[in-house]
Order: sequence, then structure tokens, then C-alpha cells
Amino acid sequence: MQNQLRVFFLLFALSAPAAFAQATGDLGLVVERTEGSLLVVDQSDRARIGRITGLGDLSHASLVYSPDARFGYVFGRDGGLTKVDILTQSIVGRVMQAGNSIGGAISDNGRYVAVSNYEPGGVRVFDADTLELVADIPTGSKTIGLVDIPGTRFVFSLWDDGETWIVDLSDAEPEITKITGMGANPYDALVTADGRTYIAGLFGDDHLTALDLWQHKPTPTPILEGYAAGREGLPVYKMPHLEGWALAGTEFVLPAVGQHEVLWVDARDLIQTGRTKTHGQPVFAIARPDGRHVWVNFAHPLNDTIQVIDTVSKEVIHQFTPGPGVLHMEFTPRGHEVWVSVRDAGKIMIYDTQNFEKLREIEALNPSGIFFTNRAHKMGL
Amino acid sequence: MNKVVAFLCCASTAWASEAPTDGSALKRLVHQDCGSCHGLTLKGGLGPDIRPEALQHYDAQTLSLVIMDGVEGTAMPAWRPLLTTSEIDWMVDYLLTGGE
Repeated sequence: MQNQLRVFFLLFALSAPAAFAQATGDLGLVVERTEGSLLVVDQSDRARIGRITGLGDLSHASLVYSPDARFGYVFGRDGGLTKVDILTQSIVGRVMQAGNSIGGAISDNGRYVAVSNYEPGGVRVFDADTLELVADIPTGSKTIGLVDIPGTRFVFSLWDDGETWIVDLSDAEPEITKITGMGANPYDALVTADGRTYIAGLFGDDHLTALDLWQHKPTPTPILEGYAAGREGLPVYKMPHLEGWALAGTEFVLPAVGQHEVLWVDARDLIQTGRTKTHGQPVFAIARPDGRHVWVNFAHPLNDTIQVIDTVSKEVIHQFTPGPGVLHMEFTPRGHEVWVSVRDAGKIMIYDTQNFEKLREIEALNPSGIFFTNRAHKMGL
Repeated sequence: MNKVVAFLCCASTAWASEAPTDGSALKRLVHQDCGSCHGLTLKGGLGPDIRPEALQHYDAQTLSLVIMDGVEGTAMPAWRPLLTTSEIDWMVDYLLTGGE
């Protein structure tokens, strides 16, 4: 008994300080897509502080955080849902929940993690503590654009059917609202930080579609109708991404599909307010947290470049080439620095967002998504 | 001596990228960039499974046309603007045989 106690105290002494001495507010995780691993990074120190391995196929992987910003839930392409502990830098749970997945979200109360699947098409919801299946929502279609909104609800869209579904998990039985007529082949979607406006990008139609989620039964509203009318559609070598930080000041900035430009829309009435010619087919158009600048990266083969657009003049004010395969950009919570993953250079590069000076390079193996823990406290990310 | 080595490295890199079929660069392109839609392991994503066993109904010529011209009405773009005929030939062989 005494020995057991001793072992217990010894373990406590060894593990407790490591777990409790480190706050997570300025940490993050970076996906190493080909290695099935995550780098644990520290924003303030501009450093990698560890690596978590064994997460399977992480191509196109994304992740969300628990409300206490200690655990990450990682959505792998191979259908794996993995729960990692940032403090102990280890895997604490893992389920193979489908054959082919694309992303996920965590509910407002932190109780449910939802995963969007291509194969079999649908959404599965898991208990955030145990990773036990809570709800299975087959759709018969590839699902995309899964986001969380208030009221313990999730919203997602159907690539094959052009529908958007709202799932309410606040009662014992999930309640599903289906909205048809969103348009052809929604490829991704975003929700605003207040959870009110859901915008789906369409591959198969020459517009995007918005929903006002404050309406009892939201009606699809086409926006930016005919934005490419009369112009030849350029080949799209990578689908753009839509995320909640498309809001820059009072306007959304959205990537066009098949055109080398970003489109500006008034956030209130959803009327087009401008367009900006860009270097290539935009993939991410991300507003700096203060909304003053928008950073844009591009699809293959122009994916070595970043452009920075001023949101007042809507003009490109800075262009540079971090290196081959710029896949993602993540701002520090207040936007003073930005981390950029440069896949083919095997590096994460950190820039000052005021003077664009490079501050640090961090070695990483084919890095893709960068996720800072402040996402834990934001809707739709 | 080091300078000579560095020079030779540069020279061979430059030669490799201009050569008609740089297998390792094309293989990387297939997995990393075709992989945007078809998945890093090519088992499918927004686009279909393109592993060898899933492509057996294609002959080489048809598959090279699919890559060159894309597939109308789907998200598959035409790669003709970016790839030479010999590069596409290499890619077709790689996709059909898995590089075996």
C-alpha cells in the first residue's frame, strides 16, 4: 500500500507540474499533412515545442478546440477523429468514424464534436469527452461547410444535392431542418462570428448563396449573381476555402471561383461593393483580426505568393513569395503577426503584419493548416 | 571544392526541373496537388478514387485526355496549360500502374 502511494505521489510529482505550469492561450497546432503528425507551437516564443504523432492521413486535416483550449479534435482525411492533449502532447482518444472526411466543428457548449464526411456521405456527432457516437445523420451526399451556431446547432451543406441542413442537438433527439435550392455543388461555406449569416460558395453556379439563420425558416438568397458572366472560367486547380474571418470591417471579402479576383460584399445588404484583381485563383482570403488588411494565397501553380489587400482602397499594397506551396495563414489573436505554412519549403514562416518583415522560420514536415487556440472561443472556426 | 559541389548541385537541380519527365516532381504533384481533390493517398475526396484498381476501366489514351482536357460539368480542370504531353504520359502510367 505504502509503495503504491509512493508511486502515486511520484507520478503526481512528475506529471502535475508539466500539466499545470503551462497555459494554453498562446499555443497552437500545425498539421504535418504527409506525416500524420501535429507540431505543438508557441506563438509568443515563435517556436515549436513538441510533436504529436500517429494521427493517420492528415491531408486536408483541420481541427477544433475544447472550450478550455486544452484538447484539440483533429479531423483526418481517412475518417479518423483524434483527440489530442496539448499539454501532455499526446493522443488521448481516437476513433475511425468514416472512410473519408473533410472537416468538423464543436458545439457552443463544448459537448459535441461533429464530423463532415464524404464517404459515407453525412455528418456524425460524437461526445467530446468520450468520442462515443451521439448522432448519425446520413445525407446520401458528400457534406461540406460544417459550422457550429448558437443553440447547440450545426449547419452543413450537401455537395451533390445543393441543400443546407441545420441540426439542433439541444434536445434528446436531433431535430433537422432542410433547406433546398442553395445552388449547384456548394464546395465550402462560412458562418459569421455572430452565427447569423451562412454563406455557401458554389462550384456549379455563378453566384454564392446566403442564409439569414435568424429567420425561422431561412430562405436562400443568391449573392454576387453572375460575377463571372461573359468571362471565360479559368481552370480551378484547388477549391477555395471559406471561413468566418471573411468579414473585413463592414464587408465580406470572398474568393471568386474560376476568376483571379476577390469579391467584396456589403455585410448588411449583401450587395457587391467591389472586386480586386489578384495574382491567381484565391484559396484563402483572410482578414487580419482588425479588418484593415486581407491576406490572400493562391491555387497551384501560383501557390508561392501572398498578396495583401488594403480594405479601404481595395488595392493590393504588398506582394511577396514566401516559397513554394503556401497552403495556409493564421494570424495571432490580435493580428500583430501571421504564421504561414510553406509546404514545399518544409517551413512555417512568421511575419510582422505591419512592416511585412520576416521574423522567424520554423522547420516543419509538409506543413498545412495552422490552428491557434484562440479558435476555441470563436464560432464557426 | 565546396563551391564546385554547390555549383554542380544547382546545375543538376536546374536540369531536373527542365527535363521533360522528372518522375519525383511529378509524383509529388500527383499526391500533393491532384491530392487537393483526390486525397494525398489518391483514395478520393471531393474528386473520385484514382488509385490503380479504381482506374482499370480507362485505357491510357482516354485517361490522358481526361487529364489534358478535364471533365466538363465536374470540378476536374484541364491540366493542358500546365503539363507537357510527356509529363501527362508519365502521370498516366504512374496512375494506372501505381508506379510499379
